[in-house]
Amino acid sequence: MRVSYFPGCTLKNKARDLDEYARKSAEVLGITLEEIPDWQCCGGVFTTAKNEVATKLSSVRALKYAAAKEQPLVSVCSACHNVIKQTNHAIKTDADFAKKVNNYMAEETPYAGETQVYHYLEMLRDLVGFDALKEKVVNALSGKKIAAYYGCLLLRPNSVMQMDDPENPQIMENFIKAIGATPVVYAMRNECCGGYISMESPDLASKKSNAVVENAKAAGAEMIITACPLCKYNLIKNGADIPVVYFTQALAEALGVKEDTNE
Amino acid sequence: MQRVGVFVCWCGSNIAGTVDVAAVAEALKNEPGVVFSTDYQYMCSQAGQDIIKNAIAEHNLTGIVVCSCSPRMHEATFRKTAAAAGLNPYMVEIANIREQCSWVHKDMLTGTEKAIILGKAAVAKVNLNTPLTPGESPVTKRALVIGGGIAGIQTALDIADAGFPVDIVEKQPTIGGKMAQLDKTFPTLDCAACILTPKMVDVAQNEKIRIFSYSEVEEVGGFVGNFDVKIKKKARFVKEDICTGCGACVEKCPMKKNPNEFNLGMDNRPAIYIPFAQAVPKVATIDPNACNMLKNGKCGLCARICAAGAIDYTQKDEIIEEKYGAIVVATGFNPISMEKFDEFAYNQSKDVITSLEFERLTNAAGPSAGKLIRPSDGKHPHTIVFVQCVGSRCDACAEKGKEYCSKICCMYTAKHAMLTRDKYPDTEVYVFYIDVRTPGKNFDEFYRRAVEEFGVKYIKGMVGKVTPEGDKLKVQASDLLSNKQLHIDADLVVLAAAIEPDKSARPLATMLTASMDTNDFFTEAHPKLRPVESPTAGVFLSGACQGPKDIPETVSQAGAAASKVIGLLAKDKLTGNPCIASSNELMCNGCSSCERVCPYGAITYVDKEFRMPDRTTKIRRVASVNPAVCQGCGACTVACPSGAMDLKGFANSQIIAEVDAICK
Repeated sequence: MRVSYFPGCTLKNKARDLDEYARKSAEVLGITLEEIPDWQCCGGVFTTAKNEVATKLSSVRALKYAAAKEQPLVSVCSACHNVIKQTNHAIKTDADFAKKVNNYMAEETPYAGETQVYHYLEMLRDLVGFDALKEKVVNALSGKKIAAYYGCLLLRPNSVMQMDDPENPQIMENFIKAIGATPVVYAMRNECCGGYISMESPDLASKKSNAVVENAKAAGAEMIITACPLCKYNLIKNGADIPVVYFTQALAEALGVKEDTNE
Repeated sequence: MQRVGVFVCWCGSNIAGTVDVAAVAEALKNEPGVVFSTDYQYMCSQAGQDIIKNAIAEHNLTGIVVCSCSPRMHEATFRKTAAAAGLNPYMVEIANIREQCSWVHKDMLTGTEKAIILGKAAVAKVNLNTPLTPGESPVTKRALVIGGGIAGIQTALDIADAGFPVDIVEKQPTIGGKMAQLDKTFPTLDCAACILTPKMVDVAQNEKIRIFSYSEVEEVGGFVGNFDVKIKKKARFVKEDICTGCGACVEKCPMKKNPNEFNLGMDNRPAIYIPFAQAVPKVATIDPNACNMLKNGKCGLCARICAAGAIDYTQKDEIIEEKYGAIVVATGFNPISMEKFDEFAYNQSKDVITSLEFERLTNAAGPSAGKLIRPSDGKHPHTIVFVQCVGSRCDACAEKGKEYCSKICCMYTAKHAMLTRDKYPDTEVYVFYIDVRTPGKNFDEFYRRAVEEFGVKYIKGMVGKVTPEGDKLKVQASDLLSNKQLHIDADLVVLAAAIEPDKSARPLATMLTASMDTNDFFTEAHPKLRPVESPTAGVFLSGACQGPKDIPETVSQAGAAASKVIGLLAKDKLTGNPCIASSNELMCNGCSSCERVCPYGAITYVDKEFRMPDRTTKIRRVASVNPAVCQGCGACTVACPSGAMDLKGFANSQIIAEVDAICK
């Protein structure tokens, strides 16, 4: 199966692990990630800047590219996925927004939101299937107690993201089970890490991040996995004393395609 | 040919402001059959009605058209006027030139033109009207009350008090409903049981009232005054008339570990049980899913111990058929499930409870004998956080909550908080709220006392998350007035869960053909003027099945519903609607199309002998309408392929004449 793939800026820099392991693992699982040519920054934040149409155009271009290829659009960074999915939803439900966007794009055929948008985790769940994934595991992470850290952007706003129950998500826990490890369920897994507040008020970000790590540790976690570069940054920056890695790294390890090139 | 009179109403400036009424009266003068036409300021006034009566006499009118407001408003008025002047009331037609014309148009020219067209259609119809006489049907002088909570109890007592027999159907083994589970009642703090149980006893002792407990309504047929109802009396495996309620069986039953529904599963009950000490009827019930004798045929201890010999393991469900003149729905409410509200950790910690569970925990007859303890370890909680509006006023979480305000939570939370501070002054009590809504007699004073006298800490803001850590519940919340994030280490968290109609309400509404809103609350016939009647004739609403209500409001509505029932049962005969379907047997080919679409089951088929032109006789199967059951919806007239079925007062020829008049 071939899908259109939107990596995002961070994945070309700080979050190379997230990108490379995603690609290698997808190959093993029989999915080819076709990187969209000339993709641009997703625009960063959707919720606070919906009116600013210009920053949404790169998402629309990516969506339109996937639509032309009749492929689902997959991204792996929580933030990119959030922007792309929200933009697509806005085009489908907000005629004004769609008109503005299409006027900017000035292309022959307008884009109407037809592309299916998947996060890499949803791709694993809905296109590959966790059972099929389990069968491909060569190096089960048996006995490893892993805490899934969702953060905010993967799940919210729920009415748009529709990934999982925002208060009691299961998708990452099921992923952890599929790669043979033991999921650790803890209350703070869907709380905010502090996000961009770390630039303005590092103390507050530190408080938020520590609360997550402490709660995960108290529940017995030996490792935290996440899909979000900013979450990972904040948790590590604020002194997490258990490993915090991208979920794709754990996936690549279980599938036997992890090489220690980036560490 | 009819002699038609036309009466155009100004309705003050309501119609005359946008419609040239004189021009309408003038234009309609030239319509076929019209012999008199006039206009007047208020046709519904006494003077206006006199104009109509005089014209009928003077011009020998055989039919009249009133161009005025909606027939819902004054059709009945003008029919009475016509009848008073000796005209058949069904020779009156209303042309709605207000709601459907003057109110929706701004331009006098278009308004007038449309009013004339509507008037012409009505004239065309009245030309084909025939005098109709309504049929009569008898009234069964017995009422059915569905639900035995405080609403059903009060309604039944009031109806019985007026001398009519009443049956209560209650699906639980005892009547009493939610009120029986409560500890104290706001704002007077009377003990709920102390004021409810005497009423339950009154019900039991009232000769006019029969209680079908552990029973459900299975089927409803018939119509106002003549409902045929099937009631399923579930097997309780105990002979109700013999059991003395001594409780010996309950004590000896070895199968003791079954969640006790009455205490919301916070403790256990045996397989044979009496829900609570003051249950009515006070008889035991065997839970077939828990009883070893019923499941495996082993045990039989209760039968051996029962001195009265009341145990009967072979008892079967029983169907009771009864006729009723009126039905009162009093199916009540339930708190919504907290399973989906994971942010409050209801599934993760035993110390996160609902307000109804809190009632049981503070009730002297509850699982902790009235001592306020943490369900997890039995310790006394020192910090309690109450969260209001859990699932109420929740349009962002429609898939798990409700958009409406549950109305009773502000007051019972104030009660819980106040009583806790009163009995355990060492306890810190927080209440998180969106708004505090306390309209009602002595309600706001009550809430103020909780704050000012009892030192309950009310904080405007919602709880975002409850995290169990060790033996504490970490509560994270926002204080909106001081714009601060709060972190409270609580011992007990109490959730004021939204309330919703009982699950049995939806299937019951289908059986009764009574309408419901999107939240499954029963709809009243008029939100202001007919609040205790369902739009379905003969069906009345009592209590929280119609919307969230506290006890005083429920009791008032229960009494109001009873008075409506009494008004109905006091009549010996009901006048029916003569605008019903009838079949032209000569045209009917017996295809059954009409029978299939009839929602009321009013159509049956009969074999009838017909004389053929060649003097032979032939037996044919033809449709026959039961005039007492037909509601005049007209579905059959549309379904009939041969045009045999017609609706009196709305005949196909009349409708076509109206359309023709409009299109002319």
